[in-house]
Amino acid sequence: MTFVPSARLLRSLLPAFSLTVILIAIFYLQPRAMSYFGLNLLLNLALPIAFATLAQMCVIAVNDLDLGIGAFVGFVACVGATWLNESPVLGVAVLALCILAYAALGALIHLRNLPSIVVTLGMSFFWLGLALLVLPTPGGKAPEWVRAVMTFKAPGMPTTIYASAMVAILVHFALMRSAYGAVVRGVGGNPRSVERAGWSILKAKMSMYALAGFFGVLSGISLIGLTTSADANIALRYTLLSIAGVILGGGEFVGGRISPVGAVLGAMTLTLAASFLSFLRISPDWQIGAQGAILIIVLALRVLINRAGKK
Amino acid sequence: MVHFRKSLLSLGVAAAVAAMSQTSAFADTSDKRIALSNNYAGNSWRQAMLTSWEKITSAAVKDGVVAAADAFTTAENQVTEQAAQIQNLILQGYDAIVINAASPDALNGAVEEACAAGIKVISFDGIVTAPCAWRIAIDFKQMGKEQLIYLAEHMPDGGNLLEIRGLAGVFVDDEISAGIHEGVAENSQFKIVGSVHGDWAQDVAQKAVAGILPSLPEIAGVVTQGGDGYGAAQAFKAAGRPIPLIIMGNRQDELKWWKEQKDANGYKTMSVSIAPGVSTLAFWVAQQILDGADVPKDLTVPFLRVDQDDLEEKLAGTEEGSVANVEYALEDAKKVIAGK
Repeated sequence: MTFVPSARLLRSLLPAFSLTVILIAIFYLQPRAMSYFGLNLLLNLALPIAFATLAQMCVIAVNDLDLGIGAFVGFVACVGATWLNESPVLGVAVLALCILAYAALGALIHLRNLPSIVVTLGMSFFWLGLALLVLPTPGGKAPEWVRAVMTFKAPGMPTTIYASAMVAILVHFALMRSAYGAVVRGVGGNPRSVERAGWSILKAKMSMYALAGFFGVLSGISLIGLTTSADANIALRYTLLSIAGVILGGGEFVGGRISPVGAVLGAMTLTLAASFLSFLRISPDWQIGAQGAILIIVLALRVLINRAGKK
Repeated sequence: MVHFRKSLLSLGVAAAVAAMSQTSAFADTSDKRIALSNNYAGNSWRQAMLTSWEKITSAAVKDGVVAAADAFTTAENQVTEQAAQIQNLILQGYDAIVINAASPDALNGAVEEACAAGIKVISFDGIVTAPCAWRIAIDFKQMGKEQLIYLAEHMPDGGNLLEIRGLAGVFVDDEISAGIHEGVAENSQFKIVGSVHGDWAQDVAQKAVAGILPSLPEIAGVVTQGGDGYGAAQAFKAAGRPIPLIIMGNRQDELKWWKEQKDANGYKTMSVSIAPGVSTLAFWVAQQILDGADVPKDLTVPFLRVDQDDLEEKLAGTEEGSVANVEYALEDAKKVIAGK
């Protein structure tokens, strides 16, 4: 008997495949990138995007969408570059409050049965406003320890790769292998049966939103570790990037279908895709379109795999 | 700086200046490569800036002054994207990177990585604060103050002023406005009775001025930041109020309107802004640094002023939808470096 890989296996391999293709293309275009130094430069901005993507994934897991994550990451960055640096206790307290606010957001959306898109879009203005209040003009200073962690040169491979792998595996076990992870994904797949089985949907949504807030905080803090200071508008692009990362990584908008490992790979692919296009010297007018084209190609591949699986 | 949001139409550059000397006496930098990292291209000022860069650097490359001078613009005006772009440029092995930055602080991480890799970083217009980088700054504060000096000369009796500001939260807006307010403090016969944000765009400025006009007393002058003068004039006209002295910002439509008024009723004003060709000055400064010249980290570039007398000349050299411009030559860069 010959081995026929299942559609499911192919699907889960697709994010890794896209990443490899882009990486090879970059190495071909720019051999200099094939070094510790090069990989570090290429990938270090991927870590905050990976965290933002994981945050988005937590929200998508319960069938919602977070349009405020970019502004939220920007706010966290502003808090990180000001309060967290000047009075760490206040900074940590504010960041903890942020996570609680996210949990409350989940509760609000569930209890009032509100569309998450509207609530989070509204919140995006709230976060941006707060960020401007904390840091009216760009500046601030990242705490030394954050800077030290983010510029730490791990032996063998850039720290970003270790960190991303670790986070991806941790989240994979928490959401894909644990009992409560199954319940949470069930809330996205079939909330009614989860509720009948005696689980609280409210709790599940609150914990996933809190987790999203937590990853948002990690994203903002890791971002200022790289940039050294903050700007209220620093991460507005993360909203769309994170959604694209989740989808690129094998997640779906409905049904609680997510893949933490895929999401991290998706975030890296997106980061590398931008570098790839700039190495190709594509005019900026076309770059967004070209980035979209890469997304479409990957998604088209996925549809093909799905179809083949159905046959 | 985010002058004008719109009109990608014209890539025009004006007031051609100083063809560079044909002699290739710059052997020292002939194998060096310079990159331009630009965060935004969506308005006429930035388009003119890129065209000037292209024009001057392609001639320099042809003459063998440098090996390459490539321009890179990020697709979206975002700090994270530009940081990634700078890191890509480091990888591509450029010897110097000239930056118009999306943020004065948030790119410092990437800039420091470039410096650590031995790359010279020169920022202009949108400068970066990393200590290892060079800055070609524009004295925006003085640009605001200059307006009040002009007003005080032409209206010794003073009067009420309307202030049109730029994009909220951008440091250029704060600086120009601070200069204007400093000027008002020194000339107490003037009083700012209203302030709106025009976002450096005609349509936004027109709407904003039209909105505040009914609540204002008689206005003697309008102080602006550039890109908003024409819109302000239209708003005054639509409201049927006498048109005050409006300071212009070197945009072609502003200069044209001024010229029409000047011909019709002797309207007097002045116009001040930064020449988009400042990118070429940054290029020459980068070349000089690579050449081993001793260049101070902080340089100041003069702004471009249009007065009643040279209006016709400047307008003729400005293409429709563009901005009055001047391009710099190596000699100009040397003068700026010497602090003259």
